[in-house]
Amino acid sequence: MNTTTEFDTLPTREETQRGLVAIAMSGGVDSSTVAAVLQEQGRPIVGLTMQLWNQRRLPELQGDGPKQHRCCSLDDVYDARRVAQHLNFPHYVVNFEEQFEQRVVRPFVDQYLAGRTPIACTNCNTDIKFEPLLRMARQIGAERLATGHYARIRKNEQSARWELLRARDESKDQSYFLWGLSQEQLSRSDFPLGELTKEEVRALARRTNLPVAEKPESMELCFVPNGNYVQFIQAYSKDAGISLSQSEGEIVTEDGTVVGRHNGIHNFTVGQRKGLGFAAGKPLYVLSIDPDNNRVVVGDDDSLRTTSFEVNGVNWVSIEQPAGPVRATVKIRHKHEPADATVHPIDSTTARIAFDDPQRAITPGQGAVFYDGNRVLGGAWIR
Amino acid sequence: MSRVYLDYNATTPVEPEVLDAMLPYFSADFGNASSIHTAGQRARAAVETARDQVATLIGARPQEIVFTSGGTESDNHAIFGVIGSLVEPPLLAVRSSSPVPTLPHVITTTIEHEAVLNACQAAEKQGVRVTYLPVDREGLADPESVRRAIRPETVLITIMHANNELGTIQSFEEIGRIAKEHKIYFHTDAVQSAGKIPIDVNALNVDLLSLSGHKLYAPKGVGALYVRSGTRLRQLLYGGHHQRGFRPGTENVAGIVGLGKAAEIARASLAGDAKHVSTLRDKLEHGLLERIPQVRVNGGHAPRTPNTTNIMFTGIEGEALVIALDLKGLACSVGAACSSGAVEPSHVLTAIGLSQDEAKSSLRFSLGRHTTEFEIDFALEVIPGAVAQLRALSPTYRTEAAAHQ
Repeated sequence: MNTTTEFDTLPTREETQRGLVAIAMSGGVDSSTVAAVLQEQGRPIVGLTMQLWNQRRLPELQGDGPKQHRCCSLDDVYDARRVAQHLNFPHYVVNFEEQFEQRVVRPFVDQYLAGRTPIACTNCNTDIKFEPLLRMARQIGAERLATGHYARIRKNEQSARWELLRARDESKDQSYFLWGLSQEQLSRSDFPLGELTKEEVRALARRTNLPVAEKPESMELCFVPNGNYVQFIQAYSKDAGISLSQSEGEIVTEDGTVVGRHNGIHNFTVGQRKGLGFAAGKPLYVLSIDPDNNRVVVGDDDSLRTTSFEVNGVNWVSIEQPAGPVRATVKIRHKHEPADATVHPIDSTTARIAFDDPQRAITPGQGAVFYDGNRVLGGAWIR
Repeated sequence: MSRVYLDYNATTPVEPEVLDAMLPYFSADFGNASSIHTAGQRARAAVETARDQVATLIGARPQEIVFTSGGTESDNHAIFGVIGSLVEPPLLAVRSSSPVPTLPHVITTTIEHEAVLNACQAAEKQGVRVTYLPVDREGLADPESVRRAIRPETVLITIMHANNELGTIQSFEEIGRIAKEHKIYFHTDAVQSAGKIPIDVNALNVDLLSLSGHKLYAPKGVGALYVRSGTRLRQLLYGGHHQRGFRPGTENVAGIVGLGKAAEIARASLAGDAKHVSTLRDKLEHGLLERIPQVRVNGGHAPRTPNTTNIMFTGIEGEALVIALDLKGLACSVGAACSSGAVEPSHVLTAIGLSQDEAKSSLRFSLGRHTTEFEIDFALEVIPGAVAQLRALSPTYRTEAAAHQ
């Protein structure tokens, strides 16, 4: 894969733009450290914390236990504010609840109900952080938006394109969630943590005495309490008047044999083994979800491995749209090790991807991101 | 960076004279106003002087003034106090000769402050019926609609005097007369009018009136409720016999002294202040209308408090404009702050007929006694540029502008 020399030859960011930088601050240690880093560089900064989701909206999801740290909670807004006070720079809380629901939460639920397994974080990046939030940053006088993402951006002077690269800390790399960014969005974005490891970020946070230096990481989707998607989808659907009728259905094998019943396709995701609700002689996995017939199709591990699939919503990032097939390593979920494949563009927004070797659980709704070593060539949604 | 503050409707600075009057009561004269001894008597005297001062500001008698923790408590006390005095808990039935208990009814408007709206909503959960009267495009309630809303079981009419966001002032003589005619208690939240325009509780025909200290150059954490003699009001808090049992809790002597002093100053300087701020407010308003295309004043055709203007800048996000202006050193406000500090679209602006987008593109500028012409010039210098910058990046403005041509 990548060699360290490639990192060493990375061009340093042009330091031409010394104007105000807005920082998207979630209240977590990463985005808070971004503030500390930029401030140490002497750049004028302003913090923006998005109010994205009101947890009171679905009160039945609020358990009795202590509230966990989530990026939508008032605790996190409070933390972001404390960081800004500590470092003494202007900070504002801005309301994006409406856009967040329209462009992230609702599509997330709709996709689940359509038998897909969506990634809300990618939508949030493409459609919220680097769209209305970036616009607001520019409207208040900041030409750039810095975030706590672990990824890197550089300008390729030869191709004149902005390139998106994996983070130096590969274990923290978030480039998988950023493939939707346009050249314009990349040209105005800063990922100051891209060259740092998580340990270095923590150390920086401690050295600058950030009030969130020891805050645990949030791993969950910010608007889904306790990571319980199913409960969230049911509560939201009820609140939004989305009908969940016809929720019960059949579990079938590939040849159509009914082997059990399910209580709603939104409870299932491709590759899932647990929770099939019936005993089986050998391990069975969800192979696909058939929303039209309200069926969950199951089979053995071999059947789960496939080679070829189609994608839509293709966005070419570090290269222009290619005329013909492109060799790449393709990553089909956040924790997937990119595998060698060929991307065959069909038209400007769709493509067929053929892995050299079968890959397990290629899941509709997830992103497929095409890499050339460190570079994100592009990405798309698995159909 | 020099900072210009045009958000006096949110809060005002404590007047130096007010602070001076308060200072002795923190340490030197720290007595409890309920104590028998000399220290207590000194505190008591100070509280009673303040009661006189507040009463004088609104044409009331001193014994009709109850000191509270602020406007929110005053509003809650008025609403739940009236409901509670007429209702037998837990049945919440109006005491009447009728064999079937009837649920009490309250009349209010859609543009009230949250202290009134949320109190009414809480009362609804306890069984009280509430009518939320609509207002016209200027934010004014029609006295006839008040009359029509009255039912036999109506116990309270609560309508704000001047609106915090628009500054529009309701005409109360008639509503007050209607309330009197029907023997219904009439409460007003006068938090935004007290100290800005003359108030006389008898001319307004009100039985209950809420005041807040920090909106009239007294400190935060102190307010008052005017309770017309003879008004039956159940107490909100239970405790000692302070303030004749109306409002238990050791008096916040320093705060009360501050409110009294501020009321005295307000009464003396009211006319001069009004002339000063209205001249500057009009200059700001005209200046913005002249310099920026597609600008409209919300509620501009109604009688308004002299210090307030609410302006719609078509095609912008008000939240972004407030931040952009704050970064340039100008403080103003938009909508209502929610618990996180983010902005929600104003219910007042949607109540006067604005769309969500129009409400979101509206800003409030509220001037004060200390606003200078220099500050207005500064505002007129920075606002047009900030609006232009926002509009240049607005996804909607271009098309809207084209549509208007």
